[in-house]
Amino acid sequence: MISTTEFASIARLDNGHKNREVDLAAVDEILDSYRPLAPHALIPILQDVQEHYGFLPEAALDRIGRALDISTTRIFGVATFYNQFRLHPLGKHVIRICRGTACHVKGSAALLDTLEMELNIKAGSTTKDGLFSIETVACIGACSIAPVAMVGDKFHGRLTVKDIPRLVKSLKREDAKGAAEKAVA
Amino acid sequence: MPTVDLTINGREITVEAGATILQAARLAGFQIPTLCYLSGLSPTGACRVCVVEVEGARTLVPSCAFPVADGMIVRTHTARVRAARTAIVQLLLANHPQECLTCVRNGDCELQTLTRELNIREIPFQGERRLAPVDSSSPAIERDPEKCILCGRCVRVCQEIQNVGAISFTKRGFQSEVAPAYDRQLDITSCVNCGQCIIQCPTGALREHSSVRRVWEWLQDPNMHVVAQTAPAVRVGIGEMFGAAPGGIYTGQLVTALSNIGFDRVFDTNFAADLTIVEEATELVRRVKNNEPLPMITSCSPGWIKYCEHYYPDLIPHLSTCRSPHEMLGALIKSYYAEQYGIFPGNIAVVSIMPCTAKKFETERPELETNGFPSVDAVLTVREVARMIKTAGIDFLNLPPRDFDNPLGTSTGAADIFASTGGVMEAALRTAAFYLTGKELANVDFRDVRGLRGIKEARIKIGDMEVNVAVASGLANAKVLMDQIRKGESPYTFIEIMGCPGGCINGGGMPQGSNVETVRARMRAIYTIDQTKVYRRSHQNPAIRKLYEEYLGEPGSERAHHLLHTTYMARERS
Repeated sequence: MISTTEFASIARLDNGHKNREVDLAAVDEILDSYRPLAPHALIPILQDVQEHYGFLPEAALDRIGRALDISTTRIFGVATFYNQFRLHPLGKHVIRICRGTACHVKGSAALLDTLEMELNIKAGSTTKDGLFSIETVACIGACSIAPVAMVGDKFHGRLTVKDIPRLVKSLKREDAKGAAEKAVA
Repeated sequence: MPTVDLTINGREITVEAGATILQAARLAGFQIPTLCYLSGLSPTGACRVCVVEVEGARTLVPSCAFPVADGMIVRTHTARVRAARTAIVQLLLANHPQECLTCVRNGDCELQTLTRELNIREIPFQGERRLAPVDSSSPAIERDPEKCILCGRCVRVCQEIQNVGAISFTKRGFQSEVAPAYDRQLDITSCVNCGQCIIQCPTGALREHSSVRRVWEWLQDPNMHVVAQTAPAVRVGIGEMFGAAPGGIYTGQLVTALSNIGFDRVFDTNFAADLTIVEEATELVRRVKNNEPLPMITSCSPGWIKYCEHYYPDLIPHLSTCRSPHEMLGALIKSYYAEQYGIFPGNIAVVSIMPCTAKKFETERPELETNGFPSVDAVLTVREVARMIKTAGIDFLNLPPRDFDNPLGTSTGAADIFASTGGVMEAALRTAAFYLTGKELANVDFRDVRGLRGIKEARIKIGDMEVNVAVASGLANAKVLMDQIRKGESPYTFIEIMGCPGGCINGGGMPQGSNVETVRARMRAIYTIDQTKVYRRSHQNPAIRKLYEEYLGEPGSERAHHLLHTTYMARERS
């Protein structure tokens, strides 16, 4: 026979470690906006959740799974199948290297290699300090100034491998300046 | 029923409209190879091994997913088809570890068989291999992702039949892997260890976490008293491991083989199945009389129990507190038997031979210990024990039969039918009727609860009382009955649930490569054994009566509760 303390442990598990890191109120609100809930609403729900958090938190996948009666594993399968979904937050600066045909011909593979070495991370990941993420894009649509990288919403065209360390350094300097001004204010 | 006329390999045949080319071909006696196809579940057409040529079609079509049409002309083994199948299998082999000689599936691997049938003599493709570590975290199931060919049969059975979804396709392209979310280890997921994924796996990618080595060590240790017990379903499945036709009964040969391997005693889990019925029927009568939670649900299937703990923790009070039969027997071996024969329980190793992988996890539950010792020390599947028998050089099918050892080896027909869905219900009704009315039933056959339907219902008249009962096997079916209880709409007094579809005769520890016909043959064998037993009601088992007189007292006594009952815990679902 189950005792009351065992029932209490369900509640504790419900608010366990995974959920402490993220406030899931937004997930509940998003879920509410899709009622009556059905499994086919999964992808739009994931899109909304990512829109809010910038990525898909693990605890959110559990919550969505329970609401839609789909296993977390299955949702993880969907989230890792589509390129649009991220499981980790993006860095402050997102550097997108275009890997389209024109940029490839103009040497974007070398740009990517250099950037990966410079930041010591692989494309698709974020530096430990949370400052930089590298992403690759199939084509940005700016072939006339190939090879292209985007930092945030700014285009940097006709790049060479020598520009990469300079670009990273200037972004770091910008941050340091911003932090100093903040401290003075 | 509308029908369709078509031609396959020059032969004209008529089949039901809506049938697939594969189904039509099989009816006409043409064998088309398959890997990802799973009868009764959604076709995915993923592996393309079943492609055939359809006249007028631009490309080859997957026969498992392609519906027949009037006037269709199909060819199943043309040069073009053979070339396509060969290339497909060669591509699979290019990314497959070449360690067939030492693989657990060596000799009964579907990929190996297909390679042989297609007469493939070389693997012309060379490329990157997908590398991934083996996950041995679960005491029940081992995952070896490198051997996975991504057919998805395990994924579909886990999601569609069992409603668990512990594993799924994750990532994409070359990185695709069948795995739990976040690459978690299996032991921290809500996998219920049922092993249906193993039954479906065409290769060695999913297999039981083996205890064979440990059991050999005990058998070689002169200080250990090693005791085997075998579940009801094992005796009608093990013959298949040695090439016998499904449905053969090999009880006596199994006992002889275990004894020859070196087990000091061979007891019968059936004895404890009878004991389970006596305790469970007593519990049911008590619940009805005292207004305790109803419906009561059976607790013999550890896959079902873990599912309930994950998905219906609020309904745990509906679970019978009876331990599963092999755990009851283990507890008695470490107490009653140990005391009677003056053996220190720490020197006894109890090895359960089971049609089940979930029982490997079950034995590690601390709440099932007996006086500080695990009640059962290791669980071997039918496949594992057959491997040991082969290693020992025993000609299994031609062994002289032997009886189980006593005092824990006698059983009634009610115990045998535990192996099949509906059996525990039927056995319990045979005894509960006696407890409620004081009279023995004239007819002990409850045919309404037999058969392979996923959910069965019956209205049973016991004396002047009528009770509604239900039986479910496969966890998606269990979910239907559990949702009813949660809503307060369950019309039943007593429910039997088995984790595996069909019950233990289709358990995750049974021989692989089975189909509905195999399972039916095993079921017929089980009811045949029941028919031929002297006693068919558990409470009439003379050895059980003696056990209560000598040791346990009354059914439901304090000692019975200590040794034969258990508790459950709520678990997180993921």
